[in-house]
Amino acid sequence: MLLNQFLILAAAMFSLGIYGLLVRRNIVLILLSVELMLAAVNINLIAFESVLRSPDATGQVFAIFVITVAAAEVGIGLAIVLMIFRNRKSANVDELHLMRW
Amino acid sequence: MSLTEWISEPVNWVFLVVGALVLLSAFRVVTAKNVVHAALFLVAALAGTAVLFLMLSAEFVAWVLVLVYIGAVIVLFLFGIMITRAPTGRDVGLDVEKRLWAGTLSLATFVLLSWASIDAFGSTRIEEVGEATSTEVLGLALLGRFVIPFEVVSFVLLAALIGGITIARRDLTPLEEEQRSSV
Repeated sequence: MLLNQFLILAAAMFSLGIYGLLVRRNIVLILLSVELMLAAVNINLIAFESVLRSPDATGQVFAIFVITVAAAEVGIGLAIVLMIFRNRKSANVDELHLMRW
Repeated sequence: MSLTEWISEPVNWVFLVVGALVLLSAFRVVTAKNVVHAALFLVAALAGTAVLFLMLSAEFVAWVLVLVYIGAVIVLFLFGIMITRAPTGRDVGLDVEKRLWAGTLSLATFVLLSWASIDAFGSTRIEEVGEATSTEVLGLALLGRFVIPFEVVSFVLLAALIGGITIARRDLTPLEEEQRSSV
């Protein structure tokens, strides 16, 4: 197995996540694209760890932290989406422009 | 190494199959019209990612991914979709011109990242080891060298828990408050 095959796969997933982040209008789908990007970053971390083989598995520990922080972020993000939906009955980001100058 | 050498290793066939699954699911996540379908395609993409982790001998992280990401985060997403779903369940999306800009940007990102990695890591091989990274090593690392980030991440989870409950709480109407205090 080459290192590059994993890196290129992760790069493809990351760019698909960027596309989804820019194109989608529903907030929940934007959060889904962010999760896709975080998964791509995890692939990168684990691939580099399997090459470097550090004595205390640094890349894998970092990947565990990324998973944990992603879970916390999804929790808060969905709580915010819930409040927005309660107040406006719509989850469309185009309508969230009150703070725009 | 050449393409024929690469194809001749069976582990690379597995990688091609799993990689195709992951990329197809990721593509359907960002293009599915139905919101629930997008979440379920993300489940497939994350399951393929877990298989990739197993191939890279990171067993513990693979199962943590399945448990936490697929088992908790996606379920949370499905709850959020259920609560905030538009009546038709479809996502409108942008018009064509803006989609072209987004597509160009993502394609440019992909080309830049893959060119940089091919340039830097031309033929670095991943040696297959007999055993996977043991959980003991991860445990010693998490509570040894990385104990401070570990505690900070625990605090982040606590803050997210408290913050989520506080944000999504429904304030009682005056009638309900009166009913509660009179009981």
